[in-house]
Amino acid sequence: MSDGPTFRDELVAAGVLVPTACDGIYGRSSVYEDIVAGLEGLVNATAASEESASYQFPPVMPRSVLEQSGYLSSFPDMIGSVSIFRGDNADHKRLIEVAQSGGEWTSFLEAADVSLCPAVCHPLYPTLRGTLPEGGRRYDVSGWCFRREPSLDPARMQSFRQHDLVYVGDAERARQHRDRWLQLGADILGSLGLVVETVVANDPFFGRVGRILAENQRSETLKYEIVTPINSEENPTAIASANCHLDHFGEPFGIVTAAGEVAHSCCFGFGLDRITLALLRAHGLSPADWPAAARDRLWP
Amino acid sequence: MEETIRTILAEYGHLPVAMDKIRDEDDLYQVGMTSHASVNVMLALEDEFEIEFPETMLRRSTFESVAAIRNAVDDLIKASAN
Repeated sequence: MSDGPTFRDELVAAGVLVPTACDGIYGRSSVYEDIVAGLEGLVNATAASEESASYQFPPVMPRSVLEQSGYLSSFPDMIGSVSIFRGDNADHKRLIEVAQSGGEWTSFLEAADVSLCPAVCHPLYPTLRGTLPEGGRRYDVSGWCFRREPSLDPARMQSFRQHDLVYVGDAERARQHRDRWLQLGADILGSLGLVVETVVANDPFFGRVGRILAENQRSETLKYEIVTPINSEENPTAIASANCHLDHFGEPFGIVTAAGEVAHSCCFGFGLDRITLALLRAHGLSPADWPAAARDRLWP
Repeated sequence: MEETIRTILAEYGHLPVAMDKIRDEDDLYQVGMTSHASVNVMLALEDEFEIEFPETMLRRSTFESVAAIRNAVDDLIKASAN
């Protein structure tokens, strides 16, 4: 273990990330945001070669999606549910009294019908209820995600952005989409000068049943991650992932193929914040000094 | 016990094939049992037989066939009787 400044220390000292009172919640400088914008442009340019519907969803979504998607049962430790105040004047008075005395004022709140979005493609699926066109459909979705994983590792933010390329349709095309984007994604990231490797992975399913889910996910190779060193060479960080959902979303959200089968889905997700951090780590904190090849790809 | 296991699989296994078409040794995952369904099967087995699968048995292979489930449940019932 080195005693020198950590990567987080360097990012904060350079003003690239602005820490807040909560671990894993940062402000981002314009230097950082220019990289994110460059990445978005690069992904959009690559995705433009295929016909897809492009959406942005807000960072919050209907709470019911957490239940129907299975996220609540598989990752209860990561959810964020929005609470609101619906009391009367007397409740308000007591709320303020408790807050001013340093008490737990959130006990006056109740859960709203919205939650934070845990994965950028999740708000999409409930909008697709019904029958898909022949050959299925592609979607290009970008936005903010929340996962409750407070950490001092800058690559483990609580609030971060994903850009997902989603296919919903028959099982075979879903796999083809996943495999094609896994290759395209590795090519894009490699072209930016990142040393990447594609590995079989599993999601961090909660609890004892999670062990079975994780083992199944691995043995069926449903999830791949593209990893690159950010904090260490030994434990590289996932900066993109390719996920085969089978009918995990098609079934609960009532999505059916033109042939009348329950739809399968796959997504390839670019972790925009993690890729940005990986680039800052690999090439330094001053993008003006980055290799021309990477600069030309990000800012053509 | 086998009858009960098959009833639980029929209810929670979400298999695309009727249970009477599935032999004891058939690979349930190959037949079409998803991992989420296998978890529900596990929880139903625990309720029904009043057992708890230890971490070492929380593996895909424990639930891969009727025979494997029967062996696992059998072991746990015997262990709890001792």
